[in-house]
Amino acid sequence: MAFAAFATGTAKEQAPRRKSRIALLLLLPGILYMMLFFLVPLVSLVMTSLQAPVEFGDIGEYETAFRWENYVVAISTYGEHILRSFGYALMATIFALLFSYPLAYFIGVKARPWPLLQKLMLVMVIAPFFISFLLRTLAWKSLLSDEGFLVSSLKALSLMAPDAHFTGTGAAVVFGLTYNFIPFMTLPLYANLERLDTRLVEAGGDLYARPATTFFKVTVPLSMPGIVSGVLLTFIPAAGDYINASPQFLGGPSTAMIGNVIESNFLVTNNYPAAASLSIILMAVILVMVVVYIKRSGTEDLL
Amino acid sequence: MSTQEARILSEAVTDRTATARRGRIGFGSWVLPVYAFVALVFLAIPIAYTFVFSFNDALKSNVVWRGFTLNNWTNVCAKIEVCEAFGNSLVIGVVATVIATTLGTMIAIALVRYRFRARSQISLLLFLPMATPEVVLGAALAAEFLTAGVQKGIGTIIIAHTMFCISFVVVAVKSRVSTLDPALEEAGRDLYGSPAQVFWRVTFPLLLPGIIAAALLSFALSFDDFIITNFNAGTTSTFPKFIYISAARGIPAEANVIASAVFFLAIILVLITQISAEARRKRLEKEGK
Amino acid sequence: MATGSFATSGADLELVGIQKRFPGFTAIEHLDLVIPAGSFFALLGPSGCGKTTTLRLVAGLEDPTRGSILIGGEDVTHRKPFQRPVNTVFQSYALFPHMTVLENVAFGLRRRKMAKPLELAQEALELVELEHLASRKPTQLSGGQQQRVALARAVVNRPALLLLDEPLGALDLKLRRQMQLELKSIQEEVGLTFLHVTHDQEEAMTMADTVAVMNKGRIEQLGAPEDLYELPHTAFVANFLGQSNLFTGPVLEATSHAIAVEVAGTRVLVPKARARKHSGEVTVGIRPEKLRLLTEAPPTTAGVNTLGPGTVTDVSFSGVSTQYQVDVPGADSVTVFAQNLDFGPVVTPGTEVWVSWKVDHGFGLEDSASEEAKFAPELDTATIAVQAKRDLAAELEVS
Repeated sequence: MAFAAFATGTAKEQAPRRKSRIALLLLLPGILYMMLFFLVPLVSLVMTSLQAPVEFGDIGEYETAFRWENYVVAISTYGEHILRSFGYALMATIFALLFSYPLAYFIGVKARPWPLLQKLMLVMVIAPFFISFLLRTLAWKSLLSDEGFLVSSLKALSLMAPDAHFTGTGAAVVFGLTYNFIPFMTLPLYANLERLDTRLVEAGGDLYARPATTFFKVTVPLSMPGIVSGVLLTFIPAAGDYINASPQFLGGPSTAMIGNVIESNFLVTNNYPAAASLSIILMAVILVMVVVYIKRSGTEDLL
Repeated sequence: MSTQEARILSEAVTDRTATARRGRIGFGSWVLPVYAFVALVFLAIPIAYTFVFSFNDALKSNVVWRGFTLNNWTNVCAKIEVCEAFGNSLVIGVVATVIATTLGTMIAIALVRYRFRARSQISLLLFLPMATPEVVLGAALAAEFLTAGVQKGIGTIIIAHTMFCISFVVVAVKSRVSTLDPALEEAGRDLYGSPAQVFWRVTFPLLLPGIIAAALLSFALSFDDFIITNFNAGTTSTFPKFIYISAARGIPAEANVIASAVFFLAIILVLITQISAEARRKRLEKEGK
Repeated sequence: MATGSFATSGADLELVGIQKRFPGFTAIEHLDLVIPAGSFFALLGPSGCGKTTTLRLVAGLEDPTRGSILIGGEDVTHRKPFQRPVNTVFQSYALFPHMTVLENVAFGLRRRKMAKPLELAQEALELVELEHLASRKPTQLSGGQQQRVALARAVVNRPALLLLDEPLGALDLKLRRQMQLELKSIQEEVGLTFLHVTHDQEEAMTMADTVAVMNKGRIEQLGAPEDLYELPHTAFVANFLGQSNLFTGPVLEATSHAIAVEVAGTRVLVPKARARKHSGEVTVGIRPEKLRLLTEAPPTTAGVNTLGPGTVTDVSFSGVSTQYQVDVPGADSVTVFAQNLDFGPVVTPGTEVWVSWKVDHGFGLEDSASEEAKFAPELDTATIAVQAKRDLAAELEVS
């Protein structure tokens, strides 16, 4: 949704105007702000990622250098975390898509005759946004803990081994990521499906396509822009998240994602260059994946 | 929270299935509504949990149900750290929202209404923060503050929040600006409005719904942000940061109270706007006939 | 001039040597135009002919590339829209959706700090018979009502000049007729100068005292509606205003009062006064309703032109009249409108017929039919704007 909003063609093409002076005045403060607190920090991050420790200095003291091996070190030390991050994020994105598509389809297409119901269901979709991200994750931690109702009943029914856990496992982290980013997936899907021309679906049926065929040949391709937006909006924050994977929340000692590593290097061990180079790697991989994904799904005009 | 909505929903769902039954009892006619209902209930589970445990007569950690009490609600500020953190979050949210909404609205108007060089670069500059993981945004800004030797605190948090809110404000307001008929402003100029009068009496009131939506979004993002805050907060506490820190040793039930209160406030606001918009639409439809 | 007082009467509008270029195309090539005070003037032309641009230039919403605009003898070329004694009724009405009808109408009065804006606005609403809807929001009104509010909102300011930008385009036919009459009576009542832009020839002809037909950024012909119809100067006007049969041929001979043109091997006479050209290749035109259909070769009569024999290829009956299509060898297909004085069509396809008309009804054009006969639908305003936008973007990209 947010991505589609940057599409170039607006509904109403407007006549050209040239009053660059006013445009400049309008743009200048905001753009300066973004330069100063987004672009410069990125540059600063790149510089930090190449720093070398000060000789005989304290922990956390670094000086400007061009130590490209920082990246090599980061990848060799944390390669596992990087892969795990993208693996978890990918799984969470797929689960969120599978969860959200039917829901968005129901709200956006089937519930059309009842606009008020549509609105209420939408409010319920975004409701998790209004309760603290951390608290709702902690709520799942309690609900899914070994003492919790779910796990203890599963154990009582011998569906789970008595010494097995759910929290602290990779599955729990993927579950948490999926839950937390479902609204990011559902909303763009809804926004797209809500405008789906049902006559096209009927035309599919009219042209001898069975419902399943119509769905995959007509509905899904038409909703591609919504899917692309939803996937990006889910994947990007999921890949960089470190709440769900944190041992205090749903993760355990062996679930650390790249975000956890960046956080601990930056804020705990003060190893700024490592944290910075990992951040750059994360951002670069995400940008490459986003561009490739958008190109392949044929919705370049989204950017 | 979901009981009332759930009832409305279930009524609607049964109504829907009833309608379908009159036609033909198909597999697809009830699977989807039932699924949607279950999915929405699933989404509401942690909310319900948080709300229920705000009434828990908890000791230090609020994990095990120990009995019902209203104490947490009546004495929210018994745990002073909770209220302090909440206060900080409010201040940060309001200040960041005001700055971000102002700057973002100005950019949105310029992007839709004017043609200039470096347009695509500016769009990219505004798009990138949304495509950047929060960890990276937080770490980058923290690296800058580190290099510049800036003391981290409430000021740096506000700077950070304003930064990531601007992009979202631009998106929200831009869509409103682009649906605004330029003829309306021309009519204002034609009817003897000076440029300033046209802006404040025609353009601004018409953009206001979009601006308000952007401000609410911006406040919500700021209020709930933890990752970027964590990198740039120093010793300053915010509500999410407080929860993160106390997660290890147990969250006081007062945090559940605040979260629940904020939740209901937000939901009521959203419901009111949605329902009144729907009512207005219906009224217009009726008058149209 | 614009602030604080009403214009006491309509004012002359004078456009001197106006040119308007947008990046990549020229909307108006060269325009000189005088609209006398108190007249109802229509600019008529197809989409993209420059008529809307002309209107926007007068309103001050665009700046001319060259030339000057005078209202009541005063040069307003460089005045901002809000400094001009001009108001516009926009094509989309452009009513402010966040204000009531009354506030909409009072908007201009308030901006000019006139005394008692609401009372004046109320009076203006009475003029358009909408006083009972004053407290409604514009979205709660029908199209016709919105149009009348837009008119009241403009008229209430007593501008020296009122601009109408295809204000009736969005209304259905019946409502349009009704609004045409209302507009005309309001104009007579308030005595303003009206400049009306439209692509609807019928609208222009029924309402305006003077019509200027525009094409490709210039005025092709200007005059009273009946003059334009009876004596078009160019093929474009002949075809844009109603239908015409056009025949092109060399001038065989020119006498003191008529020229003879060879069409399909026959001499066709045109009065010299009604011909724009007296030598070389001349295009002769005749309106379909002025033609008579004859089933026998008529005797040669002075003052009557005859073509034929030809073959009827199509007959279409439309109640009051019947339209016949006649193929005359050597000339193009000829269209004849015949009133149904008798029951139904008088001939059937395949019949051999002659067509004749009074010499006095024919006209000679200054250009040739082949250049203009096929009216190419040009780009509409929106497409032009988009094109201009792209060109400008490209231009900025390069620089």
